[in-house]
Amino acid sequence: MSDTRKVTIKAFRFNAETDYLPSYKDYEMEVGKDELILDLLNRIKWEHDGSFSYRRSCRHGICGACGIKVNGKPVLSCKQNAMELLDMFNNELVFEPQSKKRAIKDMIIDKKDFWDKHAAVKPYVEAEVDPHPEHETKQSIEEFNKILDADLCIQCGSCHYACPVVEANEDYFGPAAFVAAYRFSVDTRDNAGIERLEATAERGQGVWDCVKCYECAEACPKEINPIEKITKLHNMQFEQGVAQSNVATRHAEGFVRSIQKHGFLDEADIVVYSEGYLNMHKHIKTAFKMAKAGKIHFTDALPWVDNVPKSKNLDEIQKLIEISMTNKL
Amino acid sequence: MSKLKYALFTGCTAKQSTPELLSSTLAVADKLGIEIVILEEASCCGASHLQDFDEFLAHVLNARNICYAEKLGLTMITICNTCQLNSAMTKHALDTNPELKAKVNEKLAEVGLEYKGTSEIKHFLYALIEDYGLENIKDKVEVPLSNFNIAPFYGCHNIRPSELHHSSNGGENPYVPTSLDDLIDALEGHPVDYDHKNKCCGFHVELQANHTSEVLSGNAMVDAIDNNADLMVTPCPLCHLKMDTYQDSTGKVVGRDIELPVLHMPQMVALALGCSEKEIGLNFHVQKATQLFDEAR
Repeated sequence: MSDTRKVTIKAFRFNAETDYLPSYKDYEMEVGKDELILDLLNRIKWEHDGSFSYRRSCRHGICGACGIKVNGKPVLSCKQNAMELLDMFNNELVFEPQSKKRAIKDMIIDKKDFWDKHAAVKPYVEAEVDPHPEHETKQSIEEFNKILDADLCIQCGSCHYACPVVEANEDYFGPAAFVAAYRFSVDTRDNAGIERLEATAERGQGVWDCVKCYECAEACPKEINPIEKITKLHNMQFEQGVAQSNVATRHAEGFVRSIQKHGFLDEADIVVYSEGYLNMHKHIKTAFKMAKAGKIHFTDALPWVDNVPKSKNLDEIQKLIEISMTNKL
Repeated sequence: MSKLKYALFTGCTAKQSTPELLSSTLAVADKLGIEIVILEEASCCGASHLQDFDEFLAHVLNARNICYAEKLGLTMITICNTCQLNSAMTKHALDTNPELKAKVNEKLAEVGLEYKGTSEIKHFLYALIEDYGLENIKDKVEVPLSNFNIAPFYGCHNIRPSELHHSSNGGENPYVPTSLDDLIDALEGHPVDYDHKNKCCGFHVELQANHTSEVLSGNAMVDAIDNNADLMVTPCPLCHLKMDTYQDSTGKVVGRDIELPVLHMPQMVALALGCSEKEIGLNFHVQKATQLFDEAR
């Protein structure tokens, strides 16, 4: 098999100053087996069209400037082998900016929303430090390990612009900001942990709006797994008494209530318990439709009726909850 | 082929709001001669929400479920993507972190159980494709689905994070998933290609961030409709619930009329294998789907 492959690359072209709509242009080239996506971006500019624009800087996977999407897959151009993607996408590559609606010119986007949200979680250690300290503020191995890999984030935006919630809800902080919030909140030198946790507990902007799609985990070029930190922030809110009782927190805690009683989730109870009886009017139409289809029964929501199937050996489950539960709402 | 035998972790929805999922799964297994032992001892997987409240407790409960499959010496199969993810996450965490495994086993010992890590965990979709084989399924088709354009909706928790799933989902690529498309092909239906097939349905924030939830499911359904889908199929009952139950309100949010039957993966297979109307259970859908039984014939 030849070491090179002749392919056509489709690239998103747009200039916010002059264009009303974007267009896609084709570029033919022979791609070598060791070439990176960044090499192909360079070749579009150097061999085809000098006006083609994209961000690049370190070429070492450190600066986080060259993130784009190839066929919808977020990549750091300087780390991603091109042949690998040609195999994955059947020799048809489409280069697009991380977020088309934020495009300024070709691959370059306005990342203001990313930086604003990142800054909002105080991505630094906040501490009163003696200007003439007697000794260093040391971190033990254990303390350092708690940070996990969250310190490796290069703010490339791959996860942020892969997150569907960022697209649907403009207040949402997004996975990269949550990684930073986690990283600094577990730092033992930091004094802003509670404040940061409170910001991530706020509905709309905080972790409770995460849809659990794992796009961020898939997108991260540094393999950080942002949603793992999102789960930890959820847990920390309960551990540190920051969690307020609301529909989101009761929805999480309500699972224990159901599992304790039945082993399974009581689907009617979790809605009633999370929303509260007063908010149930929102669900009446849905409940009616589901009852009509035989999916639920009107008696399900009555506290004195128990239609929920029970796990066998329920006593084991109850005992395990009793001895293993660490958090409280 | 030797007879396949699995321990089935039903999850909560198949026992409550989606009884059609359980009946069609058992009907498919029966038709194909796959033996199923239902894990009646199993509890809820936590659905990622218990994990948000108390991650350790969720590991303990999921490990207990897996223990019962291990006792039978069987692979545990799931019929819900979220059950699959949460069970697999616990398995991965315990198999790679001896300290956590010891802590969990300390709790399990109190009820006379021990997690060993000997059972695989696999979604029924991949058991059908990898273990039973598409060619063998093809041979059993009694009602080819050639009358339908079928939009596969993969559901996040079977395909992401890919590293976690690769050993049990045949290395499915989350950006170019093919398993459901291949299954539709094998049943002689016409798979619909559309951008949102591997995207999120928004189910998990249905209560706390309703608008986001509606936007996500609406975008996916409209995309399927615009690409001429007659119906949608998903291996996840949570995707099913979100997309089948809320079409009215979702349509209002995205400004479109949405009327699209959404089938569970085993219902689609059951339809093609000629299972009975009762087993397929199309009557349990909110968006009318009963007509599909006759339309397929």
